[in-house]
Amino acid sequence: MVEAAASTSIHIAVWQVAASLALVALAAAISFWQGADLERDIGIATVRSIVQLTLVGYAIKLIFEADTIWLVLVLLAVMVLFGALTARGRAKKVPESFGPLLIGLALAGATTLGLVVALGIFEPTPRYLVPVGGMVIGNAMTASAVALNRLGDEMGEARARIEATLALGATAREAAMPTVRRALRSGMITLVDSTKTTGLIFFPGTMVGMLLAGASPTDAVRLQLILLYTLLGSVSISALVATSLAYRNFFTPATQLREPGT
Amino acid sequence: MLFELREVGLERGGKTVLDGLSAGIPEGSTAIVGPSGAGKSTLLRLLNRLADPDRGEIDYRGRPLAAYEPLALRREVALVPQLPALLEGTVESNLRYAAELAGEELELDRTLGLAGLDASFAERDVAKLSVGEQQRAMLARALAQRPAVLLLDEPTSALDHIARDKIEAALAELRRELEISVVLVSHDPEQARRLSDWVLRLEAGRLAGCGPLAEVLA
Repeated sequence: MVEAAASTSIHIAVWQVAASLALVALAAAISFWQGADLERDIGIATVRSIVQLTLVGYAIKLIFEADTIWLVLVLLAVMVLFGALTARGRAKKVPESFGPLLIGLALAGATTLGLVVALGIFEPTPRYLVPVGGMVIGNAMTASAVALNRLGDEMGEARARIEATLALGATAREAAMPTVRRALRSGMITLVDSTKTTGLIFFPGTMVGMLLAGASPTDAVRLQLILLYTLLGSVSISALVATSLAYRNFFTPATQLREPGT
Repeated sequence: MLFELREVGLERGGKTVLDGLSAGIPEGSTAIVGPSGAGKSTLLRLLNRLADPDRGEIDYRGRPLAAYEPLALRREVALVPQLPALLEGTVESNLRYAAELAGEELELDRTLGLAGLDASFAERDVAKLSVGEQQRAMLARALAQRPAVLLLDEPTSALDHIARDKIEAALAELRRELEISVVLVSHDPEQARRLSDWVLRLEAGRLAGCGPLAEVLA
């Protein structure tokens, strides 16, 4: 079981956060100087990050204090719902993508969190389930959004080949399989690649956070490895479920390709 | 009649593509002719249920098409689309895939030969074939399923006259070798004359003529 490694947690004062805004000012100045026209977006992003993270911070504080699994489950369900809504916006070419995304995210969250608890890696308490659940669902959302975005593009490009395969009497699954496989691959490849280069080219967030909070490098590395593998699991499940369910929406019950936009 | 069309109509994107089409297509070789946009390819796709009409009915061998299970129907009534769209791999892997779908034993050399390809094509990567060779590989792939009816959508439209002559020779040979009915879409009345004995002429989605070749394309 992972112990509370960073029990000697560090305290961050408001003035320290305020001071870091100097770097936001620098970013805005570069944008203005080079005419990148991002000053307004940088401003909005900064305000939104302060408001959203502060609210989430208070929500997490409440959940930690209540120390009940039910509130955690409600929070995770809300994350899954908003995750599916967000991902749907990036999968516009896939008909009725919300259902496959919702089921993909829910299954990815339930399976990976269930497994890490069942294997005794994390305790089933809000302290672990909230942050790990957030990472799991967030990564699952990105992966399934990328996979369905690719599926939508590829189904359009491969329309002639898919219909020619249907014309031989293939099932929708048989005709769409090469396309579904490529979409699944593009959903998973980012995390697989970043897992390959982790520690060499970049330090992942959890490890950085733990080191900053004063944990030993060994603990930081071990927790990071657990999280990377958990994320690999969730990303695979969400992309697999979302693509496996979504490709069907391109076909009619008589195994015909739907006309685009119907 | 092989196919019987009754008041068949179809719309796409608010536009009428086929309008009140009633006609018969007998066993043998039929050409569907007419100018571009007349609805020829759309009609062909209805015959193996790659699409269904919005109105009217089509019978296949005396039974409504809608009563056939679409996948089984497509293995019996094979459609070769206008542009080649083979699966990645070799010509042989494409033929084998089609034969397996139809539950047929593949006679590789004979099937290639029927489409005018020699045995050396079996191992060729489909991505490295010319368009004419790909089109013949598409024909061979359809024949690997031993269909009862072959639907051909402008099989030579993308080809030069040498490649066109090869496909036409293969089709003529096919009719001699196999008991197979062919429905061919062509914008070229001369090709219809060379390859068919029954003609359906479409104009703007409506029937402009139907009957023996000599009557419709006199």
